[in-house]
Amino acid sequence: MKNIKALLAVSAIALAAGAVTVSSLSAATAPKPKAQDWSFQGLFGTFDRASLQRGFQVYKNVCAGCHGLKHVAYRNLAALGYTEDQVKAFAAEVEVQDGPNDNGEMYARKGKPSDRFKSPFPNEQAARAANNGAYPPDLSVITKARLNGIDYMYALLTTYKEEPPKGMKMPEGMFYNEAFAGQQIAMVPPLAPDAVQYQDGTKATVPQMAKDVTTFLAWAAEPELEERKSMGRAVIIFLVVLTAFLYALKRKIWSDLH
Amino acid sequence: MTAPSEPTRAAPTEGSPGMIGKAKDWIDYRMPIFSFMEHELHEYPTPKNLNYWWNFGSLAGIILVIMIATGIVLAMNYTPHIDHAFNSVERIMRDVNYGWLIRYIHMNGASMFFLVVYIHIFRGLYFGSYKPPRELLWWLGIVILLLMMMTAFMGYVLPWGQMSFWGATVITNLFSAIPWVGDAIVTWLWGGFAVDNPTLQRFFSLHYLLPFVIVGVVVLHLWALHVHGSNNPLGIDRKSEKDSIPFHPYYTIKDLYGLGVFLIFYMAIVFFAPNALGEPDNYIPANPLVTPAHIVPEWYLLPFYAILRSITFDIWFIEAKLLGVIAMFASIFILFLLPWLDFSKVRSARFRPIYKQLFWVFLVDCILLGLVGAKAPNDKVFPGIDNFEYVQLGQITTAYYFFHFLILMPLLAKFEPTRPLPESISEPVLGNRAEAGE
Ligand code: HEC
Ligand code: HEM
Repeated sequence: MKNIKALLAVSAIALAAGAVTVSSLSAATAPKPKAQDWSFQGLFGTFDRASLQRGFQVYKNVCAGCHGLKHVAYRNLAALGYTEDQVKAFAAEVEVQDGPNDNGEMYARKGKPSDRFKSPFPNEQAARAANNGAYPPDLSVITKARLNGIDYMYALLTTYKEEPPKGMKMPEGMFYNEAFAGQQIAMVPPLAPDAVQYQDGTKATVPQMAKDVTTFLAWAAEPELEERKSMGRAVIIFLVVLTAFLYALKRKIWSDLH
Repeated sequence: MTAPSEPTRAAPTEGSPGMIGKAKDWIDYRMPIFSFMEHELHEYPTPKNLNYWWNFGSLAGIILVIMIATGIVLAMNYTPHIDHAFNSVERIMRDVNYGWLIRYIHMNGASMFFLVVYIHIFRGLYFGSYKPPRELLWWLGIVILLLMMMTAFMGYVLPWGQMSFWGATVITNLFSAIPWVGDAIVTWLWGGFAVDNPTLQRFFSLHYLLPFVIVGVVVLHLWALHVHGSNNPLGIDRKSEKDSIPFHPYYTIKDLYGLGVFLIFYMAIVFFAPNALGEPDNYIPANPLVTPAHIVPEWYLLPFYAILRSITFDIWFIEAKLLGVIAMFASIFILFLLPWLDFSKVRSARFRPIYKQLFWVFLVDCILLGLVGAKAPNDKVFPGIDNFEYVQLGQITTAYYFFHFLILMPLLAKFEPTRPLPESISEPVLGNRAEAGE
């Protein structure tokens, strides 16, 4: 009798496992990205501050030309370890429209820490017009908006190939990228060696920049990550202790039923 | 069908000393709310042999409260407008104090709610809790399930991501399958000619309302429960005082312990894998011009989605699409008929050797349906076997779902040789339990 149960359970699991393998096969269009080591993984993970600052530099000098980060405010950069003055300076690099003033006119002013990152294009149409019709998405939550988003981001930035495999023809303005679904992406390979000059002297290889900017974008998508994990550890410990007490109490209360 | 004997209504706070005691007595004399609570929560006689599967009812109630509490706070910061909804959820995540925590509790709470309620329902299926005199109690439970599905579906639309929009589009479009009036109904549901701002706003309004309707039905559910009391793992009625224990403290502490274990699981997800149960696509703002590669509902609706998509053929003049919708609704409404489809006098599967096996087959069938719902219909089930696709697995599992209720249950009720029932809860017939393998 028990055997049927076990048999069923095993066959269901086998089927599910089969299904998962198939889905990874049939997903040949967007392969599962290779898993990397990240400082912010796991129960005790925290963002590597130096990597965050380097990643911000990559974003600012490379990606920001095409991609917005509109849900992040300049003041949030304090979390990367920048001083108040540095944050003010970053904000002041952009010019934003504000108003109307008392005369009813809109005016331009320097960015303030309370402003959100200024997007490079005023709207989607303008972004497409400047990018051969392709749309560079806002990167604020990009690592949450793709399956295995963090590893995917790294793979996307590091698996461009000069030449597509034999038999595959690249349309004009498209580039071969192993990580991207369909392997044809309209984004020009954004990273080239020494595309930025790191302030801390780290050598700006492509994998290094990819790793740093991915760390930065993971922070941009989940700025609460460190607080979440540390609070989570405390909550779980508290609950485990509480539950142990409740269990002891349950045993005690029930013990008088013969 | 012996209802536990009603204790005579003695004022429980009799002679309560002090100011508070006096105040309690004063109120109780005019409106016996304290006697009521004493009666329903404290003395309330409960079978002494309930196992841990009986914890899931109170858990469901607690999650409902958590959902309402977090939902109200979210609603304070959320903007139901297609231009602002996605951004306002990001504001909640970033700028509202502990907004991320409240949202993750709410978002994963929906999954937990369904998980707990599904376990609660399968508990009922295994131990025959839908049989007389609990048919109405069972019905009210199914009404709660339906309301939960509507609430969760509309809640999922609120963040206005890609899955929000396309999920809403697919599900509301189902109603267009209704002959003649279908399209008019869909337009009426949308408040326009596409899923758009009016749709979002009415979904928000209803998403706020329905949980309170659920509270109302839960009250009825508990009322019905308290008339005859809980079923129990043996599925036999209580015969004497010896079979019962007061709800408090025995089951209050047992429920609290269960809550502790459950919260560890729930909070581990909230804090360490808050997006694991969700679709990444919902972090892409809704775009009516771009259809996602796979439109899938949340996991808890997948089995029904699979049934919906399994009907790929017309029958006579009835279109496949309409049949799919009918099958999907039938898969839930059939539960209403269960007390009559399964008319076996024996409640608990422990004494029904064949049903006991078929219960597990049915559970596996439901899990497979969930799997089918998650897959593209034309994906292969096994690598290398080309002519077995998920549509086919879906058709088999859908057929079995109905076969279980419509054919197997009545046949079993009539022909299954059941095991002898124990005399009473306190004195299970010797040896019987060991034989039943529990
Ligand atoms: C010259 C403009 C340009 C620059 C600079 C640029 N991108 Fe892109 N990016 C694009 C365009 C255009 C697309 C849309 C590609 C498509 O849809 O085929 C895109 C798409 C993307 C995507 C989405 C891929 C997907 O899965 O849909 C990511 C992630 C991305 N870029 C990251 C970056 C990062 C990180 C940088 C900086 C290192 C960067 N981009 C620099 C133009 C740019
Ligand atoms: C039966 C109880 C409830 C269920 C099952 C439920 C379910 C859901 C779901 C699945 C979401 C989408 C979460 C996401 O992906 O972001 C959601 C969002 C939301 N819910 Fe509820 N909910 C319930 C009760 C309530 C109540 C009572 C309120 C308000 C008083 C509420 C307010 C909201 C708001 C404002 C959102 C949008 C914010 C967001 O998406 O995080 N909910 N709900």
